[in-house]
Amino acid sequence: MSDYRKVSSNPHIRSKVTTRSIMLSVIIALLPSACFGIYNFGFRALLLILISILSCELSEMVFNRICHKDSSAGDLSAVVTGLLLALNLPVSVPFWMPVIGGVFAIVVVKMLFGGLGQNFMNPALGARCFLLISFTSLMTNFDCDTYSGATPLALLKGGKETDLFSMVLGRTAGTIGETSMVAILIGACFLLYLGVIDLRIPGSYLLSFVLFLVLFSGRGLDFGYLSAQLAGGGLMLGAFFMATDYVTRPITRNGQYLFGIFLGIMTGIFRIFGPSAEGVSYAIILGNLLVPLMEKITYPRPFGKGGEKA
Amino acid sequence: MKEIKERLVNGIIKENPTFVLMLGMCPTLAVTTSAINGLGMGLTTTAVLVMSNVMIAALRRIIPDKVRIPAYIVIIASFVTVVQLLLEGFIPSLYSALGIYIPLIVVNCIILGRAESYASKNGVIPSLFDGLGMGLGFSLALTLIGAFRELLGSGAVFGLYVLPTKDHPWLIAGREIAAYTPISIFVLAPGAFFVLAMLTAIQNKVKIEGEKRGRDMSKIGSGCSEDCMNCADSGCSMRLFEGGKENRDHKSEEKEGAAND
Repeated sequence: MSDYRKVSSNPHIRSKVTTRSIMLSVIIALLPSACFGIYNFGFRALLLILISILSCELSEMVFNRICHKDSSAGDLSAVVTGLLLALNLPVSVPFWMPVIGGVFAIVVVKMLFGGLGQNFMNPALGARCFLLISFTSLMTNFDCDTYSGATPLALLKGGKETDLFSMVLGRTAGTIGETSMVAILIGACFLLYLGVIDLRIPGSYLLSFVLFLVLFSGRGLDFGYLSAQLAGGGLMLGAFFMATDYVTRPITRNGQYLFGIFLGIMTGIFRIFGPSAEGVSYAIILGNLLVPLMEKITYPRPFGKGGEKA
Repeated sequence: MKEIKERLVNGIIKENPTFVLMLGMCPTLAVTTSAINGLGMGLTTTAVLVMSNVMIAALRRIIPDKVRIPAYIVIIASFVTVVQLLLEGFIPSLYSALGIYIPLIVVNCIILGRAESYASKNGVIPSLFDGLGMGLGFSLALTLIGAFRELLGSGAVFGLYVLPTKDHPWLIAGREIAAYTPISIFVLAPGAFFVLAMLTAIQNKVKIEGEKRGRDMSKIGSGCSEDCMNCADSGCSMRLFEGGKENRDHKSEEKEGAAND
């Protein structure tokens, strides 16, 4: 790109923030969850993460090569996609699963629509939903060496009690990266501190979700139930790392609040009234699709436009 | 004879209703869960298309311009009813598999499109082969989409299990091989879009390569001028309300005469 800037045009004061640096900070922020996932589920989790990242990067490189485009593999966005995708897989899936998911995420969801910045849907979540619909039994099989039996959310759905402490810590069954609320929050705090994300979307998401549960779950203000719902499943990972994806969130401030509230309500509907225990990924994907509309209705009115004429 | 061949090639390849014209998307996406369903739907539509094209071409000088759309619909609906009853009587399995999409052939835009853009302006024999070509092109496209969806989504083609799935493993040297896990999204609705998009992309690629090598891949003009920007001025939308100019000049003159009265 620098070759094109022979003549300096505005802006003259430029931030040092690049796509690469933002993606790098997201990767660092995801490391606690990834490390905890590896600690929790063993060596196989590490392999899955590596395969997923590799297949995402490779498919981006190959696609660019085939289409005679400049290489965009250096901006690390494919690494983030691969990492997020792997963190969204159960540890028991076969090794070809992250490969199919990675190719689908990069080629179909991202590159075919024009690459980074043009994708209408979070690539990692698009791939997760593709895999979830295609290989439902494999993708919801959370049995592994360390854990067997239902995930905490499935237990909650069945009206059983869960151990809140191990859920917050992450010593439960689930996908590789979603189990530990603590690890995810450490990463999220890092991103918040750097200013990469802000609390608008996660805050309104979590608040509206809690409100929805209080109103419609039939358990009322049951503190244990509410915190188990917050700590269980992919809610934290989704709220802090996937709903806040720059490309697929609204750019207007009010649009972001609206987006968060929509996600909270949809997640609540999926978790309480839906047939399966989890619904975060579907909620975020639905929200992604509605982002252009949310931006349209919340687009700020320029000063002096509209209003009554004197 | 040359014209007959031209109509067939046009319908099957150059102006394929599914991959080029993008018409009739509703049955294309909905019934192609397997190759046999796609083929059944395609041939059913072909039968209706051929008969309605012949009938409309034969009646083209009798049907008044202003009420031609209702007249076409009546003709098409009659043939659809005939075909539907025949299917129900003789191939009940296909009838139940296609379900609501058989009566919906009445509103299939390929049939009305061919009636409007070809059969209403040309003779009976060319119209017959136009319908046949278009119908075969539609059948080919639906069968292809169905075959790919069935292959990826359940490991079979035309009901024959060609990939080693869990339910139908291969026996090699006494061992059961079940290497392929069906990607079941392909038999669901999203898969139809994926397969259609991929096949259309491949078709466009082939077309572009063919043009590079100097082969004539252009559509044979029949109604659509391919000039979408100016279509509103000269194309079908005007004809719908004011009567057409091409091949209908005698009628529009009559209309002008009537207006002068």
